[in-house]
This record gives sequence, C-alpha cells and structure tokens, in this order.
Amino acid sequence: MNAKTADRIATVVIFAVAAFIVLLLIGLLGFILVRGISHISWDFLTSAPETIKAGGGIGPQLFNSLFLLVLTMLITVPIGVGAGIFMSQYAKPGRLTNSIRLVVEVLSSFPSIVVGLFGMLVFVQKFDIGFSLLSGALALTVFNLPLMVRITEQAMSGVPREQKEASLALGLSRWKTITSVMFPIALPTIITGTILAAGRVFGEAAALLFTAGMSSPRLDFTDWNPLSPFSPLNPLRPAETLAVHIWKINSEGLAPDAAEIAAGASAVLVITVLLFNFGARWFGRYLHRKFTATR
Amino acid sequence: MEQPAVKGQKVAFVKPHVREEWIGRIYTTLCILFLIVTIVAIVYFVASKGLSTFFKNGVNIGDLLTGLKWNPEGEPPLFGALPFIFGSFSTSLLAALIAAPLGCCAAIFMTQIMPGVGRKYLQPVIELLAGIPSVVYGFVGLSVIVPMLRAIFPGQGIGIMAGSLVLAVMILPTITTIATDALAALPSGLKEGSFALGATRWQTIYRIVIPTTLPALLTGVVLGMSRAFGEALAVQMVIGNAPHIPRSLFESTSTLTSAITLSMGNTITGSAHNNALWSLALILLTMTFIFVFIVRVLERRNHR
Repeated sequence: MNAKTADRIATVVIFAVAAFIVLLLIGLLGFILVRGISHISWDFLTSAPETIKAGGGIGPQLFNSLFLLVLTMLITVPIGVGAGIFMSQYAKPGRLTNSIRLVVEVLSSFPSIVVGLFGMLVFVQKFDIGFSLLSGALALTVFNLPLMVRITEQAMSGVPREQKEASLALGLSRWKTITSVMFPIALPTIITGTILAAGRVFGEAAALLFTAGMSSPRLDFTDWNPLSPFSPLNPLRPAETLAVHIWKINSEGLAPDAAEIAAGASAVLVITVLLFNFGARWFGRYLHRKFTATR
Repeated sequence: MEQPAVKGQKVAFVKPHVREEWIGRIYTTLCILFLIVTIVAIVYFVASKGLSTFFKNGVNIGDLLTGLKWNPEGEPPLFGALPFIFGSFSTSLLAALIAAPLGCCAAIFMTQIMPGVGRKYLQPVIELLAGIPSVVYGFVGLSVIVPMLRAIFPGQGIGIMAGSLVLAVMILPTITTIATDALAALPSGLKEGSFALGATRWQTIYRIVIPTTLPALLTGVVLGMSRAFGEALAVQMVIGNAPHIPRSLFESTSTLTSAITLSMGNTITGSAHNNALWSLALILLTMTFIFVFIVRVLERRNHR
C-alpha cells in the first residue's frame, strides 16, 4: 500500500475514534438525563423511598450522600494535606521515601470493595461503631487519602523554588514557610483537586455497602440534635447513600417503578458529579486569576 | 549584649519558631504514619481472614484456586473459586483489549493530529467519563448494553461481554490520560527527524512515536486492567452472577468482586463461607500487588 494512502486511512480511523468517544459521552449523558430528568421533581428529591409501592423518593439518600461527603472531607483533608506536605517538603530522597511512595501508590490501587471489607471488619466490628455514617466516612477516607496526598504533593512541588528560598533566607522556620508562603500559592490546585475527589466520594458505592449499610431508618427532619437516633445529623446511624440506593433498586428493587427511580436517581447523581466537575474547573480558574497576575 | 544571646541559645528548644517547626514536623509525620498503619492494617486483616480458610477450615489452597464448583453451604461444602478467578481475568482482559486501541487513538489524536481541538474538546470529555460513578455505568449497562446484546446474540445478554463493554468505557479515561501524558512528553526532535526524512505522519506515529512510548502505553493499559479487576458493582449488575465458567461470552457468570458483593452480607462472621469470601478478597489484594509490580517494572524500563 502507498504510504500516503496508509497515512490517510490511519488519520480517518483516529478521527473516527475521537468522534466516537465524544459521541459516547454525549450518548451516555443524553440517555441518563433524558430518561431521568422527567422523573425528577421536588417531591422526588425530598420524599422518603417506598419499598413495595410506587412513588417513592430519594430524600434521605440524597441527604445521606451530602452529609457523608462532608464528614469524609472533614477527616480526609487534614490528614491528606499533612501527609502530602510531608512527602513534598520533609521526606528526604532515599529508600525510605521511595517505599512510602510505593505504599501510597498501592493504597490508591486497592479495589474499593476490599477497602469496604476492611472498613466492615475494623470500624464496624472491631471498633464496634456499627453500620453507620461514621464507619462509611472512615472507609471512604482510606479510599480517598492517596488521591489527596498526591494532589497536595503535586501542588506543593509546583510552588516556585525562589519563593521558598526567599522565605527561608528571611529566617522563617520551614513550617512557617510552608504554611504562610507555599501553602497559599498551592491552594488553588489543592482546592480544585479536593472538589474532584469529593465528586468521586459522592459516586462511590462499593466501599459503603458494608460500612454505611444498605438501610436508612426513618429520619425526622425536624430533629436536629446529633445525639438522637432519628436525627439526620446523627453520625452513628446507618445510612444508605444515593449510589448505594441505585445499586440496590437495580438488583433487588420491589417497587413497581424501580426502573424510573433508578433513572431519576442516576440523573441526580450524574448532575451532581457534573456540578462538582465544572465547579472545580471554574473555582480553580477563579482562584488562579485572583492569586496571580495572569488573566 | 553578648550574654542574652548565649542564654537564648541555651534555651533554643522553646523558641517559638523552633517549637512551631516541631509541631509541623510531628503533625505531618503523624499523617504519613496514619497512612502507613492503614495499609499495613488492611493487608494484615485481609490476609489473616483470608488465610483462615486454609488453616482453620482446612480447605486445600489448591482446591480453592483450581476447583470448579462453588457451593459453600452444601454438604460437603465446596470451595472452588476458579470460575470467579476466570470471570475476573476474562472480563478485565477483554475490557483492556477493547479500551487500549481506543485510548491510544484518542491520545494520538490529542497530541499528534489536532492538539488544539483535542485539548479543548476531547480532554474534558475524557475527564467527565472518568467522573461518572460506577453504579451509573452499571445502570446504563443494564438498561442499554444488556438488551442490545440480547437482541443481537443468543442468550440473555448478561455475561462476560456485557461486563467487558461496561468496564472498557470505565477504564478508557485511565488509559487515555496516561497515553496522552507519555506522548506529550516525547522529545519533538525525534518526530521532526522522522518528518525530515520524508516519512508520513502515520509512518512517524507507528515507527517512531509508538515504539518509543510503548512501556508508558502499557503502563496505562495495566493500570486500566487493575481498575477493571477491582471494580465491583458495575460488573455485578451486568454479569448475571452464576457461579460457573460460561461456555460463551453471553452466558451468566461471576467475578471475584461480584461474588463478594452478593454474599458477604448474608454470611455469618467466622463461618467457613464467610472466610472463603475473605479468601477471594485476598486474591484480589494479591492481584493488586502484582499489577503495581508490573507497573513499576514498566516505569523503570520507561526511564531508561
């Protein structure tokens, strides 16, 4: 075959694949939104699910997902940022640092179901927390920490060397240099990464099946005392999240409108994840503009 | 003026900036220690639970790895996990085979053919694909791919093929992102040299660009496979969950993850069935280590 013809054929094939991937995403999003959006209403978003009757909503699940997200991030961010700072600033290059890096890499590639099983064994059974939001948040922390560490490490090593050296030359301690000179510069990147990580938490289900549980007790949305067992804010109650709910009604849903509920819930989940994605991009650009002279 | 300075040095460890330095150092060290303790704990607990099948329940490790029958509640109980192992390997391999060419083509498009359009449109598309939760992929697979396969091929539509197609879309972003980074990092001199010799773009791509970046491209594929291997819910929803080795790609079967997902909640802690499920988790964990090892080897070759 003529080299020019081969070049043309290959170019067409590569173009076709690129177009196919774009169409795939459009088709996926289109399918989820078209099927789901007609089912979304205020009532659907706020009412409790029904087990055998039609017309159930996803109110508690949506609340659980958001609350779990906040709990997880409250635990993940301080630990992840601390560990990331250690990796980028304090760890001396050498065998020890390399093995720590390997540990982080291994942890990030653990299957989420294994992390869920670990959570069930340690948090639910050994620490005796039971199937609860707190167990779920701890399991998700384990699942999310490596990502947080990598984000922080990359953001911190992206800070210009001169900034760090100038600060050290002025006699500031290393920790002071990190917290008041380097961290503000790295912050936009860290925040963007954190929002993306949050989107991942929001959609995670496998790690939650055996930690946060698959049931949601009746919630009393007028009771805001975190210690009461019916309060939505109680972190020690079992909580089914939106993603787990989608899985459950697809595999064992008894309600006659299970397919519609799954479609509606999927649409809500995808819209939220999209919001996280676009939010992270927009916020990252905004902070970048605000903190630097570029436009 | 000399005296106070010397005195100050003597009590240097309480100087505020020294103290804050120590606080920072201790805090970050504790964070990283937490991470290390966690991973050691995961390995320890999964291994001790998973190995108790062999030590406490007296199951032969060879029987578990090669046995064809899985009936832990039967009389006598049978713990043959080969169907699950086969299911996991076949779905993730097939998914990688489908996704690898697509991902590499997308990466070539983004770096070699139309970088502007690629960065502006294809990049966000890939990122969004990566962000869609796995249960949503499972739901779409169940309501689109399974009926489609049922209409075209004999059988119920569920099975290895449906699982692989869903997984292929899920791991496409992993493969594409790593391939794109590798191709973008290629020194432009190599390509320009090839063009200067009169090679066409395609000749340059498959004689120069792909061979030079092959270890990195393979890294992406292995990472994608590793993700496919550990994915639980999306696969469980479309694979059918019958515990035997299927005779075709369109017949119900199981994977390690789907078996764990389905049965873990229904077994009693400490029972032989429960421990056997932990053994499956241990196999998953071991495979993760093997995948990470392969990636490391490939990366080392890449740096050379």
